[in-house]
Amino acid sequence: MPKLTIDGIAVEVPPNTTILQAAESVGVEIPRFCYHDRLSIAGNCRMCLVDVEKSPKPVASCAMPVGEGMVVHTKSERANKARGGVMEFLLINHPLDCPICDQAGECDLQDQAMAYGFDRGSFHENKRAVRDKYMGPVVETVMTRCIHCTRCVRFATEVAGVPQLGATGRGEDMEITTYLEGALASELSGNVVDLCPVGALTSKPYAFNARPWELRKTESVDVMDAVGTNVRLDARGRQVMRVLPRVNEDVNEEWLADKSRHAIDGLRYQRLDKPYIRKNGKLTAASWDEAFAAIIAKVKGMNGAKIAAIAGDTVDAEAMIALKDLMTALGSSNLDCRQDGAALDASVRASYLFNSTIAGIEQADAILIVGANPRKEAPVLNARIRKRYLRGGLQVAVIGDAQDLTYKLENLGADASILAKIADGSHPFAATLKAAKKPMIIVGMAALTRTDGAAILAAAKSVADNCGVVKDGWNGFNVLHTAAARVGGLDLGFVPGAGGKDVRGILAGATSGEIEVVYLLGADEIDTAKLGKAFVIYQGHHGDRGAHRADVVLPGAAYTEKDGTYVNTEGRVQRGLRAVFAPGDAREDWTIIRALSEKFGKTLPYDNIAQVRARLAYVNPTFAGVDKVMPAEWKAFGVSGAIAAGGFVYPVQNYYMTDPISRASRTMAQCTEEFVLGGSKQVTGTHG
Amino acid sequence: MLADKDRIFTNLYGRHDWRLAGARARGDWDGTKEILDMGADWIIDEMKRSGLRGRGGAGFPTGLKWSFMPKTESDRPHYLVVNADEGEPGTCKDRDMLRFDPHKLVEGCLIASFAMKAHACYIYIRGEFYNEASNLQVAIDEAYAAGLIGNNACGSGWKFDLYLHRGAGAYICGEETALIESLEGKKGQPRLKPPFPAGVGLYGCPTTVNNVESIAVAPTILRRGASWFSSFGRPNNAGTKVFCISGNVNKPCNVEDAMSIPLKELIEKHCGGVRGGWDNLQAIIPGGASVPVLPKSICDTVLMDFDALRDVKSGLGTAAVMVMDKSVDIVAAIARLSAFYKHESCGQCTPCREGTGWLARVMKRMVKGEATLSEIDMLEQVTYQIEGHTICALGDAAAWPVQGLIRHFRPELERRIRDYRDAKTRDKAAA
Repeated sequence: MPKLTIDGIAVEVPPNTTILQAAESVGVEIPRFCYHDRLSIAGNCRMCLVDVEKSPKPVASCAMPVGEGMVVHTKSERANKARGGVMEFLLINHPLDCPICDQAGECDLQDQAMAYGFDRGSFHENKRAVRDKYMGPVVETVMTRCIHCTRCVRFATEVAGVPQLGATGRGEDMEITTYLEGALASELSGNVVDLCPVGALTSKPYAFNARPWELRKTESVDVMDAVGTNVRLDARGRQVMRVLPRVNEDVNEEWLADKSRHAIDGLRYQRLDKPYIRKNGKLTAASWDEAFAAIIAKVKGMNGAKIAAIAGDTVDAEAMIALKDLMTALGSSNLDCRQDGAALDASVRASYLFNSTIAGIEQADAILIVGANPRKEAPVLNARIRKRYLRGGLQVAVIGDAQDLTYKLENLGADASILAKIADGSHPFAATLKAAKKPMIIVGMAALTRTDGAAILAAAKSVADNCGVVKDGWNGFNVLHTAAARVGGLDLGFVPGAGGKDVRGILAGATSGEIEVVYLLGADEIDTAKLGKAFVIYQGHHGDRGAHRADVVLPGAAYTEKDGTYVNTEGRVQRGLRAVFAPGDAREDWTIIRALSEKFGKTLPYDNIAQVRARLAYVNPTFAGVDKVMPAEWKAFGVSGAIAAGGFVYPVQNYYMTDPISRASRTMAQCTEEFVLGGSKQVTGTHG
Repeated sequence: MLADKDRIFTNLYGRHDWRLAGARARGDWDGTKEILDMGADWIIDEMKRSGLRGRGGAGFPTGLKWSFMPKTESDRPHYLVVNADEGEPGTCKDRDMLRFDPHKLVEGCLIASFAMKAHACYIYIRGEFYNEASNLQVAIDEAYAAGLIGNNACGSGWKFDLYLHRGAGAYICGEETALIESLEGKKGQPRLKPPFPAGVGLYGCPTTVNNVESIAVAPTILRRGASWFSSFGRPNNAGTKVFCISGNVNKPCNVEDAMSIPLKELIEKHCGGVRGGWDNLQAIIPGGASVPVLPKSICDTVLMDFDALRDVKSGLGTAAVMVMDKSVDIVAAIARLSAFYKHESCGQCTPCREGTGWLARVMKRMVKGEATLSEIDMLEQVTYQIEGHTICALGDAAAWPVQGLIRHFRPELERRIRDYRDAKTRDKAAA
């Protein structure tokens, strides 16, 4: 362990630490632009120059490993002079248009110019101007502001795995651009905006909408996929202006997927802001009392077996437990939170969790992906696999369609029955899994939603058992969910009770008339045509598929508008806070159900959210451990059976539109146009 | 003056056959196997004792550089890379070696690679050197055909492969780590050091990058002995050196002579003197575009070697002597160099990317005198903010010529500024 002195502070750090890291460990701050913890070291901004005794020149501290006995001065005259010079160089061609720059107020260059710059410049030539580049619907560019730190280039190449960003030209003519000025085709492209230390890359949908100092910041959890990305909601007045990632090393590090970041404009459109009742075939606005009365008139006194409830993909656990308790009180056991019909077994927790945890991916050395496309279903999790891949020594095999997951993989074929061959050891990849120290299997919803999903789950279990995927201190059996609400729903038992029907049964029953009332709690991804003549209550926040079919609409709150508990695919219980109030008469979801229960005369036993959460913890103690992952016990599960030959139908066909919020979002519509329908290729090409 | 028998490059002017037969007649490939048989340690020791300093510009002792390579082979192969990307303005020595004496280089590559336990050597040749590359390729093919290199090079049992790679025309690719990047197929931008190429170089493996001349002289040094080579020049500046003299001399030429030859003697003896006589001399850039210019008063006495030129705040560089007589607009000459560095900066790191453009613009105004007197100090300050703050030495190279100009020709700059100002005032008065 080398010992060195930084500004008179003695410090001992592991070898191969850089001076900058060593300085940070003792609280000495060194300014930097190009250096970023999670990217490779470029050393090109030269802002981090420090003075090292016996070194003839100032040293770039971000790239220089510490040495025994080094004496470093970060505030000596030589260091200050070097930094002041670099700052001046950075500013000579920077437009200094802070008053019209979206980055102003949260700009590294602005802050550091305050701390290390001069109050005037000596540059009297004309400044360089650079033409703006097209980088797609979410990244706005003002390239004149670029200081060429190449963070975006390194992010795209290293983390996102799409080597489309780069620099053309030389010297001061160097320009950052995408390949042939196409859109940056990554599900993580929005992160380059966070990484950009200046206002060269800013958020296109957010452009000129707000100033950072006007925003109210609320910590929350993203619900656009099942990763449970930690986010910060920045709101002004009653509107969430933008979503930024929060650092959580165990979940998302500091990345955020594009849909999670940019679908929020969908919260402004298609909203349900008052209750509706269907009269003469048309939905007409009503008061809460009228809506409840319509429900009571239809449902009160009905045999519970004729009532069913389906919970959607983005609902909070509080709403689900309230609805479950209400349905139990009404005598119904027809409940399901698996609106896609996935063969998930709620009785064994280990059977539906991403047991290795997301951070655990970094230890894996062989991964078998079955019926999942992590790049589209969980981009941030996919970035973690890529991070592991870049370290080397990782073998990835996929059973499923050929797909570009941004890392090298072996495609074993699209036929699901290959899994059975791996399970019985007759497929060569079984040997690879067995030989691996920490093998991992990721089962996706495309596999489990097949009609033989249960057999696939059982086969995956036997692969796990036969190939050493589960061993002492390691459980590499992982289910990759696509719905933020799913694990929470399974944890609290939002599944058919004794004799109850699952989602397929409910829809079949509704078609046949056996089920007369269906309560859709934010459930829009079902085939509403199958609801037949059933009386449909839709509770949710968007006028999407469910509301269109509903007989009574109860306006609920979106995830930004309520305090909610979500359990991510790992089984990590996380809580989001309310950033803004729901529009109009819309209410937080559990309170709606609580109010409705009162009308039924079966008042639910909780009056505030603390009591609901106590109820959650009573139903399943894991809900008490917020921000924790409780390891699940590995037990027998699955019903083995024959796996039919044939491929998978992936749940996420269009990454940018998967739920009511993203379907209502204009930004997501633009992304769909650009990336799914191939928009700008026709506009900015060289033809014509 | 160097005697003909002591010249290493005996076909520098292309008067003889450059192919294998001609090279053999001049002594190349003579006893190469015996040299290899002496062993790698002997070769490196001998090179160290010869006092050869790298001929590419920085003047780092070649033998010492070779000794930095790992002593034993591991699973990571060793590489020798020869820097034939000769692009320093005023420099044209490697070019003549490549086209007229390619076998010296090929033999040197074998010996140096053997000494550093490299089985493969890459020669990165400047893309514009078309004829040179084609001659060199012929020489490589001849050497393969004659069994001098290949699976059993010169019968020594050493497997050695030599590859020629043509660059695409960027000055920065002459910087050793940018050259490695370019050789790997990437954009030619210098790497951060440490790690140095001897640890992590081409494809992440131990690599030594040497100039053409450093490698080409090695076989002769080993044949004639380190003490022969070190008998020329002053201590620490040993050997013979090819000087490239251009500009306002009567006979511009490449010439090999002993190190530490007085600059005046070099020009008078080999180039027929300065045009219009020595007294018509204004200034000399003694080592290629990147070293500071020297006024006549220094040129009168200075010796052409690393230490003497360093002592007068210039450098030997590539020994490309650019002579300017009194007809030359010295400010415009340096402004042209600043424009060159602006054009050739790779754009990676801030001080060089932004600073070279700044220098070039101010220098352009200085030519006309369209500036203020305080801007001279500002200009000098900018050069010091670039120097030493960059990833590679291009920043230094851009700063030095301007520093040299200000150091020695400040009165000229001031005169132009005053004249320009006076002319403006007169115009105003007239209007």
